[in-house]
Amino acid sequence: MLEIATPETVMFWALAPLSVLAALGMLVVKKAVHSAILLAFVMVTLAIFYIAQGAIFLGVVQIVVYTGAVMMLFLFILMLVGVDASDSLIETIKGLRWIAITAALGFGGLIITLIARATLGRTPVGLEFANSGGNVEGIAMLLFSDYVLPFEVISALLITAALGAMVLAHHQRTNRRPSQREQAIARFRTGSLSDAAGLPGPGVYALHNAVDVPALLPDGTPAPTSISATLKARGDVIESAQFQLDVVDPTVKEEK
Amino acid sequence: MVTASSLVYLIGLPLFGAAFLLLIGRKADKWGHIFATAMSAGSFILGLLHFFEMSSRATEDRAITQTLFTWIEVGSFKVDAALLLDQLSICFVLLISGVGTLIHIYSISYMAHDENRRRFFAYLNLFIAAMLLLVLGNSYLNLYVGWEGVGLASYLLIGFWNKKPAYATASKKAFVMNRIGDMGLSFAIMIAFATMGTVSFEGVKESVDRVGTPTLTAIGIMLLIAATGKSAQFPLQAWLGDAMAGPTPVSALIHAATMVTAGVYLIVRSNFIFDAAPTAQLLVVIVGAITLIFGAIIGMAKDDIKKALAASTMSQIGYMIVGAGLGPAGYAFAIMHLLTHGFFKAGMFLGAGSVMHGMNDEVNMRKYGGLRKVMPITFVTFGLGYLAIIGVPPFAGFYSKDEIIATAFNSGGAQGIILGSVTLLGAVITAFYMTRVMVLTFTSKARWDEGVHPHESPVLMWLPMAILAIGSVTAGYLFTQGDALVSWLAPLFAKKEEYDELMPHSVVTVLAITAVIIGVTAALMKYQFKSVDAIAPSDVSLATRLARNDLGQDLFNEAIFMRPGQALTQGLVIVDEKVIDGAVHGIGSMAVGSGATLRRTQSGYVRSYAALILVGALVLLAAIWVVTQ
Amino acid sequence: MDPYNYLYLAALLFTIGAVGVVVRRNAIVVFMCIELMLNAGNLTLVTFSRINGDLNGQVVAFFTMVVAACEVVVGLAIIVAIYRSRRSASIDDASLLKR
Repeated sequence: MLEIATPETVMFWALAPLSVLAALGMLVVKKAVHSAILLAFVMVTLAIFYIAQGAIFLGVVQIVVYTGAVMMLFLFILMLVGVDASDSLIETIKGLRWIAITAALGFGGLIITLIARATLGRTPVGLEFANSGGNVEGIAMLLFSDYVLPFEVISALLITAALGAMVLAHHQRTNRRPSQREQAIARFRTGSLSDAAGLPGPGVYALHNAVDVPALLPDGTPAPTSISATLKARGDVIESAQFQLDVVDPTVKEEK
Repeated sequence: MVTASSLVYLIGLPLFGAAFLLLIGRKADKWGHIFATAMSAGSFILGLLHFFEMSSRATEDRAITQTLFTWIEVGSFKVDAALLLDQLSICFVLLISGVGTLIHIYSISYMAHDENRRRFFAYLNLFIAAMLLLVLGNSYLNLYVGWEGVGLASYLLIGFWNKKPAYATASKKAFVMNRIGDMGLSFAIMIAFATMGTVSFEGVKESVDRVGTPTLTAIGIMLLIAATGKSAQFPLQAWLGDAMAGPTPVSALIHAATMVTAGVYLIVRSNFIFDAAPTAQLLVVIVGAITLIFGAIIGMAKDDIKKALAASTMSQIGYMIVGAGLGPAGYAFAIMHLLTHGFFKAGMFLGAGSVMHGMNDEVNMRKYGGLRKVMPITFVTFGLGYLAIIGVPPFAGFYSKDEIIATAFNSGGAQGIILGSVTLLGAVITAFYMTRVMVLTFTSKARWDEGVHPHESPVLMWLPMAILAIGSVTAGYLFTQGDALVSWLAPLFAKKEEYDELMPHSVVTVLAITAVIIGVTAALMKYQFKSVDAIAPSDVSLATRLARNDLGQDLFNEAIFMRPGQALTQGLVIVDEKVIDGAVHGIGSMAVGSGATLRRTQSGYVRSYAALILVGALVLLAAIWVVTQ
Repeated sequence: MDPYNYLYLAALLFTIGAVGVVVRRNAIVVFMCIELMLNAGNLTLVTFSRINGDLNGQVVAFFTMVVAACEVVVGLAIIVAIYRSRRSASIDDASLLKR
C-alpha cells in the first residue's frame, strides 16, 4: 500500500536531515561564528517544526526570542571576546573524544530504541481540539490560570538574571583612575622617550591607513604598538611591508 | 577503762603522726622524731590498756568490734570499715606498737645525722598505722588496705636512701614482687565475694560450710600466694635480701619483726579456710618447709651481716608457716614463734645496726671480729638474741621452735617424719649460721680495715636492744607458762584433734638440743678455731657459691619470668608495630592510594566532568533499558 | 505523518549537543551546544503536546525557553568575566579545580 506523503512529511524529511547536518557541523567547524550560524539554522528549522505541529505561538517565539535575541547575544559576546583563531579541534585531553563519541553512540542508540519501545502502537491525538479556540488563546488560558504562579516566578527569574548579568559584567575599579597629569608624568618617567608622545596610529608611513595595517618606523620596520592587540590575536594583521613606500633597491630594476 | 570506740586511735595516732609530719614539712625537722615516737608510744600504751581490759573479761567476750562507717554498700553486699580486736590481733598490736616504739627510739640516735630524719619517722609512723590496720581490720577488704599500706611503707623505707640507684632498684624489686602476692590476696577476696557474698572474717567463717572444698582450696591457695609475697616465702622470697638496702631500723621493724610476718597472720587468721581445705594446707606446709631450708642455706654463705640475718628471717618465717600449716595444733605455736622471733630478730638487727654504726657502716662480717671487747653491750644483747634464735633453753626460741618441731613430728605418718626431720635439719643449720655470724663478728680475731675505730653505741640505741634482749630471754618462758598463749588463742581456732604422739615431747627436746649442739660445734670448729680471711675465699665449693648467690633465686626469676616477660613484651611491640600499626597505616595508605588513583579522574577539566555526566546518563539509560525490557 | 519521527530527531539533536559539550573547547560553542540540547528537549515537549492533544507541553516548552534565556544571559556574563581575567575563552584554561 502506497502511502501518500502529506506536505508535513515532505517538509520533515527535507528539513530534518538538514538540521542534523547543521548540528553536526557545529561540532566540526573551526570558527565559533560559524557554529553560531549553524545553530541559528537548526533553531529556525525547529521553529518550522513547531509551527507544523500546531504550536504556532512557540514557533514564533522560537524565531523571535531564540534565533533573534539569544543568538544575537551569542554573536555580541563572540565579538566582545574576540574570535580565538587558535580554536583548534585537536583533542588535548587524552581519550576524551573517543569516550564522548562511544558514549554518545550508546546514548543515542539506547534512547532511540527506548522511544521506539515506548511509542509503538499508540495513536497520536493531535491538537485540533486543543487549538480549536486558537493556539495563542489556548496557551494564554493555561498560562494565566493553571500556570500563573510559575509565570510570575519565571518573570522574577528573568529580572534576577538580568541583574546578575549586570553584576557579573560590572567592572569594579580597585584603584583610583590616574589623572591626565599623572599619566603624562608617568609617560615621561617610565619607558623610553619615544613613547612619550603617544603611540603611533596605524598605517603611519605605510601606503595604507587601515586599522589592520601597522605603522612603519623611520627605518621601515613595522611598529607592533600601532595596532590593536585584538586584531593581532585574531591574526587579522596585514603585513605592512607590501604597502611600504617605494624602496630604492639597487639590485632590482625599476619597472613602471 | 577503755572501750571499743577507742580502737580507731590505735591506728589514728601514728596515722596522724605520719600525715602531720609529711604535711608540715621542714619546720618539724627539730622535733618530728620525738613527735613520731610519742605517737607510736601512745598507740602502744593504748594497746596495753586494751590488753588489760581484754584479759579482765570472760573468754567469750574478749573480741570487740568498732564500726567506723559503711564503706561499700551495693545491693546485698555491704562492707563496713570496722576494726576487730580479739586475742590474735592484740598480740600483734602489742608486738607492732611495742617493738615499733623501741625502734623509733633507736632510730632517733641511729638516724641523727640524716637530713631527712623527719621524713623517715613519718614513714615509720605510716608503717605502724598501716600494719595496725592490717591486723585490726575485721574483713579481708580492710586487711587489704593495711596490706597495701605496709607494702607502700616498706617500699618507701627500703628506698629511703634512693640516691643510690641500687637501693632504689631494691625497693622497686620488693614492691613488684609484693604485687604478685597482693594479686593473690585480691583474687582470694574476689573469690570469697563471688562465692560467699561477704568478705568479713566472721561472714566467711560462717560460709565455709556452704561452699565446696574446691572453692576453699582456691581461696586458700590465693591466700598462700599472698602470704608468700609478703612474708618472703618460696617462690616469692627473692626481694627480702635486697630489702636490706633500707636503714637498719627498717630492717629490724619491717623486714624482721612485723611486716614479713603478715603472711603468717593471714594464714592463722584464715584458719577456718585452711582447716576445710587440706590441699591448701599441705601446700602451706610444703612452702614453709622449703623456705625454712632455703633461707638457712643462704644464711650459711652470706658475708653481709644484714643479708645473713635476712636469710635467717626467711628461714624462721618458714618455721612459722610450717606451724600455721599444721592446722589447729600449730596455729598457736606459729604465733608464739612469731612473737619470740619478733623480739630476738629485731634485737639482733638492732645489734647489727649498732655494729655497723661503730664500724663506719661496714656490713661485711669478714672485716669484723673481736668486737666483744669494744662493744660489750651490743655483744651481750646480740648474744642473748643469738641464744634465743638457735633454741638454747631457756631462751625464747627454744620454747617456740621446740613446739613447732614437736608438732611437725606429731602431724602423723610419713608427712610427720619428713616435716620433723626438715625442721630439725633447719635447727642444725640455724645453729651453724648464727654461730658463724656471732663468731665472725664478736669473738674471732679483729680484721678491721685501717682507720676504723669501733665504739659502743649511745644509750638511745642500746636501750631498745637491751629491752628486746630481755624479751628474747623471757618471752618463751612466759608464753608457755601454763600454756598461757595457747589457751589465750584457743577460742579462735578449731579444737585440736587428739593424736597419738609419735614422739614424746621430751625426745623432741633432746633431739632439738642435740641439733643445736651439732650446729654450734661445726661453726666453732670452722670459724672460731681457724683464722678467717678478711676477703671471702673464691676457691669454694659449688654449693657455697650457689648459696652466696641466693641459690640462684634471681637467676631463676630472671630466666623464668623476666626474660620471657621481656620477650613477650618485645613480641607485643612487634605485633603492635606490624599488625596494629600496620592495619592503621594500611587503612591510611589504602585511602591515600585509592585517593591517588581516583585523583586521576579529577583532571580539573570541565569537559572531562561533562563526559562523566554523559557516561552516567548512558548507564542510567542502560538501566532503564534493561528494566523496561 | 507520524509525529514520532520528531522524537527521533530530537534524540539525535540532543546527543549531538551532548557530544559537542564534551569535545569543543571554546566556552561559547559549548554554550551553544547546551542550547541545542535544550531545543531538542523543547521539540520533544511540543511533540508530546501534539501526541496527547494537550497544550500543557507547549506551556512547559515556553517556560523552558524563558529559563534558557535567563541561563544564556548569566552564562555569557560569566564567560565575559572569565575572559576579562584570563584572556581566554577556552574552558580548559579554567581548570583551577585540579589545584
